[in-house]
Amino acid sequence: MERFDLGYMDKISTGNSPLHRLDPGAKVIATFVFIITVVSFDRYEISALTPFFLYPLFMAAIGNVPFGYILRKLLAVSPFAVFIGIFNPIIDRNILFYVGSLGISGGWVSFVSIFMRFILTVSASLLLVAVTGFNSICMTLEKYGMPRVFIVQLLFMYRYMFVLADESQKMVRARSVRSFASRPPGLIMFVPLAGQLLLRTLDRAECVYRAMVCRGFNGQVYPAKRPVSGQSGWFFAAAWIIFFVIFRIYNIPFLAGSVVMGVFK
Amino acid sequence: MHMADALISSTVGCAFLAASAGLIAYSCKKVNEKEDDRKIPLMGVLGAFIFSAQMLNFTIPATGSSGHLGGGMILSILLGPYAAFLVMASVLIVQALFFADGGLLSLGCNIFNLGFFPCFIAYPLIYRVIAGSRYEKWRITLGAVLAGIAALQLGAFSVVLQVLFSGISELPFKTFVLLMQPIHLGIGLVEGIVTSGVVLFVFNLRPELIDAGRESLAMNKINIKKVVLSLLLAAAVSGGVLSWFASRNPDGLEWSMFKTSGKEELESSEGVHKAMLSLQKKTVVLPDYGFKKAEQTQEESVEHKNAAKWPAVDAGISVSGLVGGSITLILAGITGWVLVKKRRI
Repeated sequence: MERFDLGYMDKISTGNSPLHRLDPGAKVIATFVFIITVVSFDRYEISALTPFFLYPLFMAAIGNVPFGYILRKLLAVSPFAVFIGIFNPIIDRNILFYVGSLGISGGWVSFVSIFMRFILTVSASLLLVAVTGFNSICMTLEKYGMPRVFIVQLLFMYRYMFVLADESQKMVRARSVRSFASRPPGLIMFVPLAGQLLLRTLDRAECVYRAMVCRGFNGQVYPAKRPVSGQSGWFFAAAWIIFFVIFRIYNIPFLAGSVVMGVFK
Repeated sequence: MHMADALISSTVGCAFLAASAGLIAYSCKKVNEKEDDRKIPLMGVLGAFIFSAQMLNFTIPATGSSGHLGGGMILSILLGPYAAFLVMASVLIVQALFFADGGLLSLGCNIFNLGFFPCFIAYPLIYRVIAGSRYEKWRITLGAVLAGIAALQLGAFSVVLQVLFSGISELPFKTFVLLMQPIHLGIGLVEGIVTSGVVLFVFNLRPELIDAGRESLAMNKINIKKVVLSLLLAAAVSGGVLSWFASRNPDGLEWSMFKTSGKEELESSEGVHKAMLSLQKKTVVLPDYGFKKAEQTQEESVEHKNAAKWPAVDAGISVSGLVGGSITLILAGITGWVLVKKRRI
């Protein structure tokens, strides 16, 4: 159930670090520019990607997000990227360069590059939520023109998820107690379980809906806004975007490496 | 089958983001037209249901691995395509943000692959046609199974195309298609069976739920032409805007062609032009033949073939890259560590 520990992420996102207090829009934009910059690199690029690790590291450090938590999440979802990427070394076997006498094929270089992009992009988006919170992201999306219905849908789903996660966990536990903790149920057992959950869900929705109508619900949701600290968010975004652009255009690690190699020659 | 940011290019990612955002806006408009407050909490709850149903794993027969409910089809049957698409999109957004299933840039691709195909293609064109207006069990079952398979096949194929257009993976088209389609045939079959099972279960106990869903759908005739047009427009606009960005970064092919020209000045802004020139030199057989031979006297013909595709790179350059990269990584790590320490003080 590690994968579903929504509550923990929610808890981190209500923290009170300097990053948490920044304007959510600025953080969303900075992260998006970050991701676009990272994926825009050539597929054999490794060295130029390295400075970009600074951004997630910075976010995690200042935002007070445990590195281990992000790493565990990364590990949990890595199979797909590895599955697609691992074909590169198999197919592209042409030697790109030598390290000592060991020939490194183009496939391995592009595989490492894919894996680095994977770590960068995934950790950046996880950290964005961890220091911003889902509600604030939704409000930002609305500010930038996402239709209200969709935002309300997102907020509702997020609230209900906690309720229903408990519900289904109860069912999982009940089943596993009765079946001596056997493997997951087969199809024949799964269908009534899911069906039952769906019926419970719908009943729950009806209750919640009535309760909300009693309290004056008219299709709008007004989540509490967090105070943000003035213009510093935009300063944050601008500074990082300048950083991304510079490191996108100039391969500074490569230049540094050349200088170091020059010294040793 | 969630796409990851690492596998797509920015052009593909942004094009599909634009397309999916357009579809979301269009669906919102359609859902709003009905002015049904009741539907909004229902959508939210069903989105949460898809999540919690995914916690109930089941054993896939004969393989021993476990699968879970996909969701697009069952949502369409209960809510109609527009609302179902919105719910699917919100499920995928939460998955991307909290579980890192898919990424922010690839969100558009994922919404398209897992939302558009089941809700706007498989549901109206397959499920509705087979299930029809009369409710018979075999029709519901057959419709859900076939629509489930079709939706996943289309989605998987779309993944293949997106990865190919992005040019990050080396997988050739044929291999990739042969890998993806059969796997998703199996998954689609299982998902279809589960979907139809759950729908029948609900239908048996609370038939009005399915009927209610159907009635609200009756007025939804999807204007496919409009959808496709707006998609094309969105793709064209974002493609055009982004192409300046993409064209500045030579892709793998351009890169390798550029390298064949025998020059290593990566800084040169005329990379494509030079690459074309070098390509031209290669294609013209006679005039340059002697020159080429003189340049690569020691190389065997096989090696020469390789060289045309993957030229040997100056080792010094690559090592500099490795050294510089490692230094940067270490520096970044130290910076992070210092920042953490500073916070704790």
